[in-house]
Amino acid sequence: MIDKRCEAAAAAVADVRDGATIMIGGFGEAGSPIELIHALIDAGPRNLTVVSNNTGSGRVGLAALIARGQVRKMICSYPRSANSMVFPELHRRGEIELELVPQGTLAERIRCGGAGIPAFYTATAVGTVLAEGKESRRFEGSEYVMERGLRADFSLVKADRADRYGNLVYRRTARNFGPIMCTAAETTIVQVREMTEVGAIDPECVVTPGVFVDRIVVVPEPQQESVLVKEGRVYP
Amino acid sequence: MKGWSREEMAQRVAADIPDGAYVNLGIGIPELVAQFVPRDREFIFQTENGLLGMGPSPPAGAEDPELINAGKKAVTAIPGAAYFHHADSFTMIRGGHIDVCVLGAMQISARGDLANWSTGEADAIPAVGGAMDLVAGVKRILVMTEHTTKTGEPKIVAECTYPLTGRGVVDRVYTNLAVLDVTEEGVAVRELAPGVSFEEVRAKTGAPLLPMAQESAR
Repeated sequence: MIDKRCEAAAAAVADVRDGATIMIGGFGEAGSPIELIHALIDAGPRNLTVVSNNTGSGRVGLAALIARGQVRKMICSYPRSANSMVFPELHRRGEIELELVPQGTLAERIRCGGAGIPAFYTATAVGTVLAEGKESRRFEGSEYVMERGLRADFSLVKADRADRYGNLVYRRTARNFGPIMCTAAETTIVQVREMTEVGAIDPECVVTPGVFVDRIVVVPEPQQESVLVKEGRVYP
Repeated sequence: MKGWSREEMAQRVAADIPDGAYVNLGIGIPELVAQFVPRDREFIFQTENGLLGMGPSPPAGAEDPELINAGKKAVTAIPGAAYFHHADSFTMIRGGHIDVCVLGAMQISARGDLANWSTGEADAIPAVGGAMDLVAGVKRILVMTEHTTKTGEPKIVAECTYPLTGRGVVDRVYTNLAVLDVTEEGVAVRELAPGVSFEEVRAKTGAPLLPMAQESAR
């Protein structure tokens, strides 16, 4: 019988090794799988490459993972925002590497990684510093830059509901990078607010089909990053 | 008062957007445009974090941290809205399905190059977000900005000195002093704000301007 549920977040992330590449969903706090990230901090793997749109805020969630020195390199589009000081501090000191990628190129690199497409051409960033050193080619009179598909060892994603097959639905703009990150990792770990019976999710409404999901952890009342930041909380 | 206020600039931008347009508004001043949709028109606002049909800010206390815009501010979804993931969102943007994008600017060159994401300073943490995707993919790029910097330097220049967001991407610029088009021949003033002279605009612009008379004669 297929049952992708894991009893606890700790068990779900226990096999993440040093040096792994990890995609972490979320746009700011919306869709950030904060309980899975905290479990990863507890598990302690180091030298990680993290693919995520931002770099977290305060000293919880993704920012806490970075603050613990577990991340060697960030691949992201927008590494600074309100209340984000951990990454900027480390980056200014030269203690963490940054690969800056335009947001749409980041999404497409992940989508292609998940779809078995090793590279693609895009007009985004042509003529800018972010295209320097990359192959380019002309199609129908316009210049395009080649970008590589991205894959990861693990994806950590937050969704709203799942069934034991791993079918997922998301909530509002918390969907963001979740569906594409689920497709692009060897092992996809998802935290959901609620488990439903098989068949309870209308097949017409499934956003991520279960084939893309390996492990599910139920977190009925996930913590909210902005509330923790406001309270000045630090993880662990 | 001389010139346009930010609200008047937003109103002026909104007046140029056709009925039925799919519109992406940049973070900051461009967000004001949503408040000035002409009564006889319907615009659908896209926000690149995954919502088509973005509505106004919710009342205090009704914010949902999972319903936000690209500036990570709480918004609402209109009836008929759609949520989608990032690859779909940027398919809309990069695939030419969004009609208009309104962006802020640090510099605009005479050829329509735009710089709006980085000062290029050594200790700055660069952050690009979706800006390069928007200028590369959206059909019409409108820039909304003060005509000069806080220290009075021109923002419309012969060549951008800040790192570029895109080359030759800007179609029209709305400032507190004028509406200007980027044309094959150069920068053309289309409209002056109340009480503002062509000479004043020319003095505060770092690139040659086409003579206004010649433009209106076209």
